[in-house]
Amino acid sequence: MSRIYRLLIPIALILLIAIYIVLPNSPGIHFLGINRDFSTRLGLDLVGGVQALLEADVPASTPINPNDMNIAKKIVENRVNALGVSEPVVQQAGSRRIVVELPGETDPAKALAVIKQTGLLEFVDMSSLSGQQAFALLHTKINTDWSPGGNQPSQNITPTSTTPITPTLTPGISITPSAVPSSTITSTVPISRGPTFHTVMTGAVLKNVYVNPNPGGVPNVAFELNAEGAQIFKDFTSAHIGQVLGIALDKEVISTPSINQAITGGKGVIEGKFTQAEADALALQLKYGSLPIPLKVITSETVGPTLGQDSLNKSMIAGFIAMCVVVLFMALYYRLPGLVADLALLCYALITFALFRLIPVTLTLPGIAGFVLSVGVAVDANVLIFERIKEELRSGKALKLAIDLGWKNAWPSIRDSNFSTLITCAILFWFGNTFGASIVKGFSLTLALGVMVSMFTAIVVTRTFLHLILDKINFTQHSRWFGV
Amino acid sequence: MIDIVKRRYLYFGISLLVIIPGMIALLIWGLPLAIDFKGGSLLDIRFNTGTVPLPAQVSALYAENGFNDSIVQTTGQNGLIIRSLEMTDAQRNQLVAEMESRFGSTITVQRFESVGPSVGQEVAKRAAGAVGLAALGILIYITIAFRGVSHAFRYGIAAIIAMLHDVAVVLGVEAILAHFLHWEVDALFLTALLTVIGFSVHDTIVVFDRIRENLNIYRRLPYETVVNHSIVQTLVRSINTQLTVMLTLLSLALFGGITIRHFVVILLVGVFSGTYSSIFNASPILVVWENQEWRTWFRRSPSSS
Repeated sequence: MSRIYRLLIPIALILLIAIYIVLPNSPGIHFLGINRDFSTRLGLDLVGGVQALLEADVPASTPINPNDMNIAKKIVENRVNALGVSEPVVQQAGSRRIVVELPGETDPAKALAVIKQTGLLEFVDMSSLSGQQAFALLHTKINTDWSPGGNQPSQNITPTSTTPITPTLTPGISITPSAVPSSTITSTVPISRGPTFHTVMTGAVLKNVYVNPNPGGVPNVAFELNAEGAQIFKDFTSAHIGQVLGIALDKEVISTPSINQAITGGKGVIEGKFTQAEADALALQLKYGSLPIPLKVITSETVGPTLGQDSLNKSMIAGFIAMCVVVLFMALYYRLPGLVADLALLCYALITFALFRLIPVTLTLPGIAGFVLSVGVAVDANVLIFERIKEELRSGKALKLAIDLGWKNAWPSIRDSNFSTLITCAILFWFGNTFGASIVKGFSLTLALGVMVSMFTAIVVTRTFLHLILDKINFTQHSRWFGV
Repeated sequence: MIDIVKRRYLYFGISLLVIIPGMIALLIWGLPLAIDFKGGSLLDIRFNTGTVPLPAQVSALYAENGFNDSIVQTTGQNGLIIRSLEMTDAQRNQLVAEMESRFGSTITVQRFESVGPSVGQEVAKRAAGAVGLAALGILIYITIAFRGVSHAFRYGIAAIIAMLHDVAVVLGVEAILAHFLHWEVDALFLTALLTVIGFSVHDTIVVFDRIRENLNIYRRLPYETVVNHSIVQTLVRSINTQLTVMLTLLSLALFGGITIRHFVVILLVGVFSGTYSSIFNASPILVVWENQEWRTWFRRSPSSS
């Protein structure tokens, strides 16, 4: 008896946690350093949106540097974030593909254009501003006079230079940002409505960029220019000593160093109070303002918001009806144990749904189908147990013993059958993952989660509830309650 | 007690009765592949005002824009689904704009997909690999799980045969239905097929588990009797489980969105086939194997003479 109560406490605890997570407008967890909100994530097919599969646009035989792919992914991520979609997904799929999902995005053409664009790196003349004014522009959009049609050099950056770099490189000719964060900056900078800055040169003239570890000091970012760039840079820096040279990526100011002295050799260093990570990030942006690997869209899918909403409503109704049918069937066929199983089934649904929100799993239409199907699996476990219990009861065993024996005998088939389903799920997941087929992935994930939770409810919850409710019932007087 | 094992050849025959027409349909009509597999584009639009143009009119407009072999289908009251070659979003926008101006109606894009041909082929290849891998994984698992039983390997093979039976049924039914209902084999169909595989084995294992158990209890009884006994013992469970799964699927098919109807119908067919094969095929195959009955298949059987 005491064993049952010992199990009851963790079950109650799990259910309470699950309810807390499932609650509409769940407050989330915001203590002990954990900061999590819980909400149900809906897939593209349910809310509408854009999905695109990008592939490295190089011949299939060309090996792709995983690091380059990673950088490309990061850049795409940044651009996607700029779109302002609520929960964008950017994932690498296989070695040469990137999946981008933009739930709620209604203009696929615009979204894809933003993703595919080549980043434009500009060095802009900010001589009209003080250091502090320039600093205030950091991470805002500015206007520049550069246009792709002009006689400016093209914006392709070729990160091909592999010249070994010596860390002792020209420390004398460096530009250092003199702007220091100051609380006195009060001017609010209007985005894109400020003055138009002159573009001195674009990222196309950069030959190489790297981080100087600068032993004993703060790391800085060194760069080398090609001959054309070196000339432009020499002319500009000689004329603007002490003034600010802004660096903008896609018109967003990413750095505002000021010029310490004329830079004539085509080599310079950007100094600042960088952490190693910041220096790395800046070097990355300078070097790969454009994608390190060209990407092309090989698959795109757009779902209109009305179709998504319609699908969501319908599958909610279908799921609800399916649950009702199952609950009714169990109660009618298995009577009292059936009702107990229905209770366990509700726990099952609650825990699974809580897991969906906790992990979080993005719910798609096939995902919901996987969930509903796993309800069938959960029922199966109970059916297996009940049939065994009935057998034991028919052979004259006492109820309490029958429950234990029935559970024990049913366990191997529950275990083995569910394991084979899990194997299939794992293979499906792998299959979906290589292609960024999120529908297949969603389905296998929800089905696998459902199968695992159903094993838990069958092993722990159904059994405990059965004992709790049935142990004290005199079976011989109430055999009809059991449908035996 | 019902004797299922005794009539095993009748049940094998019933299976063939379903599988053979399906295979013939598969050979003649083949499986029409969706753009997921062969590449191309799909545009699902709704005309908000005015009348819906005839499919031929839309095809003509597509042709003028360089998309020659478009297939136009009407959906619902005022919707069209147009399948054609792969296109970019810009091309699609232009097509929609042209349709709006020519047919005098604003258009809502419900769904748009475009898949490059190379991805499609790769998906098809990987899918076949996935099915093979699943079969292998399950075979290994069953052989390990049944290692205590003599000829554990047979159980794995019998489960795989039952699984292939279900794959054949699903493919055949899909070939027939696809021909008449204009369905296409897409990634979702593949998911359904793989799920059917999982469920088929799930069902088979429940029966096999009972055989495993009974072999230890009834050591003196003939193998055939033990197998039949095990099938009958698990019959109620098989039917009840199948009923609940089919009921849930049925509610999805009837009330769920149109987008997953094809998927759900295939699952229904597969789950039914899976239960049938686990009762009437998988376990009787064990008996056929135990008796090595193939030796008498091509001879006049003593009982019929």
